[in-house]
Amino acid sequence: MNSLNISNTSLIFASVLIVIALLIDYKEKLGLGKDIFIAAIRTVVQLFVIGYVLSYIFKLDNILVTLFMVLFIIVNAAINAAKRTGGIDKAFSISLIAIGVGTAVSLIVLFVSGALEWTPSQIVPITGMIASNAMTAVGVGYRSMNASFKDQRQQVLEKLALGADIKQATAPIIRHSIKSAMAPSIDRAKTVGLVSLPGMMSGLMFAGIEPTTAIRYQIVVMFMLIATTGFSTMIASYLAYKSYFNDRKQLLD
Amino acid sequence: MSQPIFTLQDINFEADQKKILQHISFTVKQGELVTITGPSGSGKSTLLKIIATLLSETSGKILFHDKDINQYEPTEYRKLVSYCFQTPSLFGDTVQDNLSFPYEIRHKEFDQKRAIHLLERVGLDASYLDKSIHDISGGEKQRVALIRNLLFETDVLLLDEVTSALDHENSQIIRDLIFQLNQEENITVLWVTHNPDEFKEGTHQIKMVEGQIQEEYHE
Ligand SMILES: Nc1ncnc2c1ncn2[C@@H]1O[C@H](COP(=O)(O)OP(=O)(O)OP(=O)(O)O)[C@@H](O)[C@H]1O
Ligand SMILES: [Mg+2]
Repeated sequence: MNSLNISNTSLIFASVLIVIALLIDYKEKLGLGKDIFIAAIRTVVQLFVIGYVLSYIFKLDNILVTLFMVLFIIVNAAINAAKRTGGIDKAFSISLIAIGVGTAVSLIVLFVSGALEWTPSQIVPITGMIASNAMTAVGVGYRSMNASFKDQRQQVLEKLALGADIKQATAPIIRHSIKSAMAPSIDRAKTVGLVSLPGMMSGLMFAGIEPTTAIRYQIVVMFMLIATTGFSTMIASYLAYKSYFNDRKQLLD
Repeated sequence: MSQPIFTLQDINFEADQKKILQHISFTVKQGELVTITGPSGSGKSTLLKIIATLLSETSGKILFHDKDINQYEPTEYRKLVSYCFQTPSLFGDTVQDNLSFPYEIRHKEFDQKRAIHLLERVGLDASYLDKSIHDISGGEKQRVALIRNLLFETDVLLLDEVTSALDHENSQIIRDLIFQLNQEENITVLWVTHNPDEFKEGTHQIKMVEGQIQEEYHE
């Protein structure tokens, strides 16, 4: 590693950036002052806490503790994704299964292929990356599904009236929900390196890793994200659509 | 003609604490042409949707061939008791997407000949199959929607103001089709209409007011 070190003094000087944001807020009367302040404080506190926790976990290098951390990340991702369902039944369990399975499958593929080693310093950050993308994707899928059920309510009813099963009546909605959830990660994969250098790769290069090595990790990450977002939203959509119907196969209000 | 196909026993329906249907009881015999009329908001569509099992009654019971409609598998029941919406909207992209749907859900090959035959029976033709659902008129949509319900044999047709979006000539075509289905194919029809001439055609006529049956007439 090269001399990678930010002193606390540098951090304090960097806080000037937040002061700039607060000045903009004041001048433009955005009314965001409190939010910006809270956001800044939370950033500092949360990251310091997680920094020390990770540092401890990496040193400990204990399978159970690492697994607990993985679980903690997935549960948090599920709680957040569940908030975007617009109040369907079992939102949390559905999100947990979807994000959990999606993340697990990606992790397993990465292990088997040898791209990832079983050390906390690799597993924890990668899990965080996968789960947070799965969370966003599942959330997008839920929102799309909610919107479609509103927009296409009449069409769904007509299909039911023709004797369609709830899955047959919902097929285009499910397809659309998976598509819209996957679209961002596909788009990102198309523009990666052209518009932005992604976080993983930037981080590795920051730490002094050769760009040609850093890109290998990034390639793995891009593939992983496409797979996970697809898989997680597929699971979430297939589990969630049923909550829009009752057991008499009627579309709920 | 004498077997009851439907028996409605004291059907009540409430939504948002509002009584929408109250004490609806009547019997429909196999092969009848039941016409239902009443002012806007009197609960006609709600009644058909309940019979179609798209809504559940708040209380009461409906028997279909002597068995509670809630005991049928909903998708099987709805294939036998086919509801055509008052303001239907088509799905997919083309007219054909709509007409092939009933085949899809039965895992059957689309029968283009039959679809064209039915299109012609309602005054349309084969060229409509490929038309975008956005490029056809309201009356044409209404007719395509009706055909969707006719591609496979059904026991009962629940028709909700199916001629209201049509001009005189096309209404007549649809009326003739309904009579033919009823008389020649022995399909039991429950037909909601605002048109007094259509109402008079019923062999069994029901007038609804404020969620209740005001008058009932049997031939
Ligand atoms: N899901 C619902 N929630 C609340 N009220 C409803 C609901 N469905 C229907 N209603 C109300 O029930 C009443 C009957 O509606 P319905 O559509 O059955 O009337 P209709 O007789 O078919 O009228 P029209 O001739 O205008 O088609 C109306 O006052 C309507 O606003
Ligand atoms: Mg109506």
